[in-house]
Amino acid sequence: MVAKGKIVWVSGPAVRADGMASVKMYETVEVGESKLIGEVIRLTGEIAFIQVYESTSGLRPGEPVVGTGQPLSVLLGPGIIGKIYDGIQRPLEEIAKKSGAFISKGISTTPIDLKKKYHFKPALKIGENVKAGTIIGTIEETPLLTHSILIPPDSSGGRVIDITGEGDYDLEQIISTIENNGIKFPLKMYHKWPVRKPRPYTERFDPTVPLITGQRVIDTYFPIAKGGTGAIPGGFGTGKTVTLHQIAKWADSKVVVYIGCGERGNEMTEVLVEFPHLIDPRSNRPLMERTVLVANTSNMPVAAREASIYTGVTIAEYYRDMGYDVVLVADSTSRWAEALREMSGRLEEMPAEEGYPSYLASRLAEFYERAGRVRALGSPDRNGSVTIVGAVSPSGADFTEPVTTHTIRFIKTFWALDTRLAYSRHYPSINWMQSYSGYLEDVSKWWTENISPDWYNLRAESYNILQREDTLKEIVRLLGPEALPDEEKLVLEMARMIKIGILQQNSFDKIDTYCGPEKQLKLVNLMVKFYKESLKLLKEGKSLSDIRSMPIIPSLIKAKFEIPDEQVSKLKDLESQMDTQFNEIRSQKEEVELVV
Amino acid sequence: MLSDFSSSSSVEYTKVAEIKGPIIVVDGITKASFDELVEIETSEGERRLGRVLEVGYGKAIVQIFEGTSGLAITGTKAKFLGKTMVMPVSNELLGRVFDGLGRPNDGLPEPIADKFLDVNGEPMNPERREYPTSFIQTGVSVIDGMLTLVRGQKLPIFSGSGLPHNILAAQIARQANVVGTNEDFAVVFAAIGVQYSEAQYFKRSLEDSGALRRSVLFLNLADDPAIERIITPRVALTVAEYLAFDLGMHVLAILTDMTNYCEALREISAAREEVPGRKGYPGYLYTDLANNYERAGRIKGRNGSVTQVPILSMPADDITHPIADLTGYITEGQIVLSRELFRKGVYPPVNVLMSLSRLMKDGVGEGKTRGDHMEVGNQLYDAYSRSQEVRALADIVGRAGLTGVDLKYLDVGDKFETYYLKQSVDENRNLEETLTRAWDILANLPKGELTKIKDKNIEQYYKEGSKHPTQ
Repeated sequence: MVAKGKIVWVSGPAVRADGMASVKMYETVEVGESKLIGEVIRLTGEIAFIQVYESTSGLRPGEPVVGTGQPLSVLLGPGIIGKIYDGIQRPLEEIAKKSGAFISKGISTTPIDLKKKYHFKPALKIGENVKAGTIIGTIEETPLLTHSILIPPDSSGGRVIDITGEGDYDLEQIISTIENNGIKFPLKMYHKWPVRKPRPYTERFDPTVPLITGQRVIDTYFPIAKGGTGAIPGGFGTGKTVTLHQIAKWADSKVVVYIGCGERGNEMTEVLVEFPHLIDPRSNRPLMERTVLVANTSNMPVAAREASIYTGVTIAEYYRDMGYDVVLVADSTSRWAEALREMSGRLEEMPAEEGYPSYLASRLAEFYERAGRVRALGSPDRNGSVTIVGAVSPSGADFTEPVTTHTIRFIKTFWALDTRLAYSRHYPSINWMQSYSGYLEDVSKWWTENISPDWYNLRAESYNILQREDTLKEIVRLLGPEALPDEEKLVLEMARMIKIGILQQNSFDKIDTYCGPEKQLKLVNLMVKFYKESLKLLKEGKSLSDIRSMPIIPSLIKAKFEIPDEQVSKLKDLESQMDTQFNEIRSQKEEVELVV
Repeated sequence: MLSDFSSSSSVEYTKVAEIKGPIIVVDGITKASFDELVEIETSEGERRLGRVLEVGYGKAIVQIFEGTSGLAITGTKAKFLGKTMVMPVSNELLGRVFDGLGRPNDGLPEPIADKFLDVNGEPMNPERREYPTSFIQTGVSVIDGMLTLVRGQKLPIFSGSGLPHNILAAQIARQANVVGTNEDFAVVFAAIGVQYSEAQYFKRSLEDSGALRRSVLFLNLADDPAIERIITPRVALTVAEYLAFDLGMHVLAILTDMTNYCEALREISAAREEVPGRKGYPGYLYTDLANNYERAGRIKGRNGSVTQVPILSMPADDITHPIADLTGYITEGQIVLSRELFRKGVYPPVNVLMSLSRLMKDGVGEGKTRGDHMEVGNQLYDAYSRSQEVRALADIVGRAGLTGVDLKYLDVGDKFETYYLKQSVDENRNLEETLTRAWDILANLPKGELTKIKDKNIEQYYKEGSKHPTQ
């Protein structure tokens, strides 16, 4: 029986309703005469405490509240890709059709077009015994993506007693019926799933394949694995969003779910404007054909911000269950935590650090644990993954604040954005001394097998230069660079070249925005070789200033944007130029010595 | 505003249970809604406006914009008006001056309303936004060359007390134009708790340049009621949105000083005994600020735009202070003013390294401004950043401890400040001049140092040592 009660109290997004004895915890309810969508977050006697996902301006005690009997759920089926949703899976395009350029409240829509016809190819036969998660058939959702229609994961399975033939059907068509213990279950191309409940799988594996993002500092120095977790904390202006956009654009995953959680409206628009025109380097199709956006911008209702994270991750898990690699990008988890804090405050719960509720850590853990590489339920056998990358916006760029400190506990790759680097326009401003990756060993096998066996060593050698520079910097700060011996000055020079030529990457440059793994490796190789050769020269007694004035240096640094990925062989020419110039120094010097 | 107080759906209550700080608690409520507008009448017959913050169990908590001073438990009447706060709008608003709640302040009658708009506005649908890409030439080199303002952007000025933020904002308001169009900007100016002289300076500046007739001013001065400040940016932005999206104008909205706004918010939060976030500001400060700042942008299929330049003074020049911090997370960049440059006599004293325009990349480049614009800006950043490092080093080890290239950077840093950054209050440099000056500065560096610029642009514009600008 659905609960029917009355509002007794309103304060911002929080509403109390009386007469709600039969309502369940986390049930979705319709609030007020304009039927705003809300969710029950506490029950005391007959009083339900409701967070409302829309503006409550004008809401008054006495208005009705009606339960729906359902927890907050998403509708999963063909038609999700390419859409932009709000925090509770309402398509913003549909909202715009109903209320224009500004979002009014009380608008009801369906998340996917149930009338649209898709060409369905069955994969089951009558009489087969099937389990939850088994693929019923497939449709082409976009030219990039074959969408598998799954038996809902909460189904008890059974015997197929009916399956339609290949043909064009809309989503309301019953495509198959299964029978279990004499009960018939009709199946359509979509099903519902509650957002707060992780979708089940058969088995979970360790991540071993790197997610290639085309960003040098990420792929080469601090890689993340498919099915892994990573966080990008950084103060404002350090380039969190740009880095996330880069991952969403270039990551070699099949599907990207981008959650704009409490961030700028124009950033979502930017994705909407840019992605249809950007071409995926692997499939040559527009990126929008693999992207789903969940947008709760900073001025949209705060409670829906809390839901947006769950909506996004449930959609990601759905595509994982088809056997795809999915990347979920959440910008920013801090705004989600703030939404939790705001509701907690209105519930008058005892606050922990900085007013955040004491369950902040467990909620963060639950969210990041929904990442992983898994074997999906049902047949045929297939593996998929969800990689979660979350931005964190620490107040005052202080990494000791609660959201950052708790997040670090649950992720394995940490990209620390540095305000000082951003001020000197070193982008991406990922601090190479503070950041780390827990997947380094796991993914080195992939690099060895697919790109080069030298990857691990080259990475270590170049990183070593950066580490030495970090120590030397302290001395330079006190005594100036001239106080150092030439070999150490070379380390400084080398670190500068690696910083500009490798670590810095211009996302807005056509060529530099994506750097494939092969080019990455070759660039690092060139730098390491340059260092070793220079060191030899110094040991042979040549001077550092000759090395410093080598014309190859600017070319090495600019190779990242002067040589595109398709012409990566040109780096070979650069290498031979480098060799020539080193030889010149060698012979030149000898001549000078002969004259003397 | 709100000439129509006799709404049929209004209900009057006389039972005031509590008065504390800027809020009153009204008892015996049978019909009141969240966010509803309330008219308070004191026992002397004085009328004030308020807004419902919380309602339930027969009680309503009402915030009084004009403050509670002089209110009594008995004899105070509260009339609930049955609607949320609205602002009457029409094109007659141009050239007018209003108070912080949107009531005429220039002695002229209430303008005839074309329609009444809810001052809280509604969130713009990201799906219907038009991405901002039109370059605004402000005539200020450092902004045009390195921190480009784009139509529909929100770019705040982070300042400190005594720094010339208002002078800079007024200069932007006077000089801003989109190259290649003759469209002028309409200016919506909201003074939020600022001193009389500051508001006056701005008004005079608009008057002198003839821009006042296409401006709307909202003045809540330092001695006006503090709680009114919660509404001032909202009425101003409501008008800005109307001018932009209903009348198709390009609007520049200047809000000064947002710090005062945040303090008013904190005052109410404290009176309601809410759990405080950082520095006593409420936990919802981010959301509240975003509700104002996000009211900027462009809409698909409509002509106008709202470009926002909020100004805030950072308490103790601290950029990590919650107000500056949260603002930076919402806005599309920031222009940070530096006390050190101000002391050196550099106007505008913009700390370029801490400043940023997130939309610059979309407003400049081939076909919009010039192909080398972005790269030159990046190289200048790089060079100036390097010069600052060298400067710090030179302070310790002296010039003798520096290498030859370092000395060049030292020189470039000085020239950047005096020849590029510095300009006068009425100097309107076009983009061509700004870029030429940039190349003049870069000419002081060897070619190999220009690692952020593509070879073809270096060939076209770079002339080593061609010019050694001094002033």
